[in-house]
Amino acid sequence: MDLSIINISLIGVICLLAVGLYGLLILRNLIKVVIALQIIVKAALLGLITAGAARDQINLTQSLAVTVIVADTVVAVIGMAFAVQVRRRLGTLDIRDLSSLRG
Amino acid sequence: MLYALILAAATISAIQAIRGKRLITSTLWLAGVSALLSVFFYLMRAPLVAVIELSVGAGLVTVLFVFAISVAGEEGMDQPSLLPKPLAWVLVSFSALILGWFLLPQTGNSSPASEPSFATIFWEYRGLDVLIQVVLIFAGVLGLLGLLAEAKAPLDHPMADEFAAKRERALREMEAQEMDIHEG
Repeated sequence: MDLSIINISLIGVICLLAVGLYGLLILRNLIKVVIALQIIVKAALLGLITAGAARDQINLTQSLAVTVIVADTVVAVIGMAFAVQVRRRLGTLDIRDLSSLRG
Repeated sequence: MLYALILAAATISAIQAIRGKRLITSTLWLAGVSALLSVFFYLMRAPLVAVIELSVGAGLVTVLFVFAISVAGEEGMDQPSLLPKPLAWVLVSFSALILGWFLLPQTGNSSPASEPSFATIFWEYRGLDVLIQVVLIFAGVLGLLGLLAEAKAPLDHPMADEFAAKRERALREMEAQEMDIHEG
């Protein structure tokens, strides 16, 4: 297989996605779950830029990537706020204990 | 070769971020992923995204994480995992294989037509996106307020008790007012 830059970065996308997905599946700490989400979004960002480079439309994908970065940051902020408030109310960061939020 | 090295380093950083025993180390490894990816974006001729990713991904988000960790505190990380690890491995490798099957190998470059500048695309073609970003940033500010909000309830009092007590107090006040009216 010809390993062009495009293919190398697609392999990178797959590796980062796999790492993030694995983290989401096994982690129980709320803050680490947000970290795993961040890794997945970074993989998506890399995929976006790769697609732009492959089709010579790098400016279009750059403008899309800016949107993704903003959304990603907001997700991180909300996730952190959620984690801090859960820690204050329930005294734990374990996502299994969140089931006690059931009304 | 350089590209492959950068991406391999980014993947290793990501693995360390997942495996790290302390939250602070995980956060720093995540910042490392961001920094390496921004170098990669620069090499892919996407300098604007590289700059934004470096400043926001490696800077702002890391500061936020560190702040949140300092508020929420470290917690024992040696909990058993959510799913059994072999099952997680199987699921992850299965999805990675499917993704690889569809994506690889990719041959590039079909439309070498000249493209409008970034500013034109960003402000004119994708104006709606800019609007959505403004709304998102507003939501982010609200989220930050939630992060900074002081806790009213101590840890051993669940929220429901607090609400019940508040309602009780309000009822008592209303009764007292009614008594005043009748007496008057």
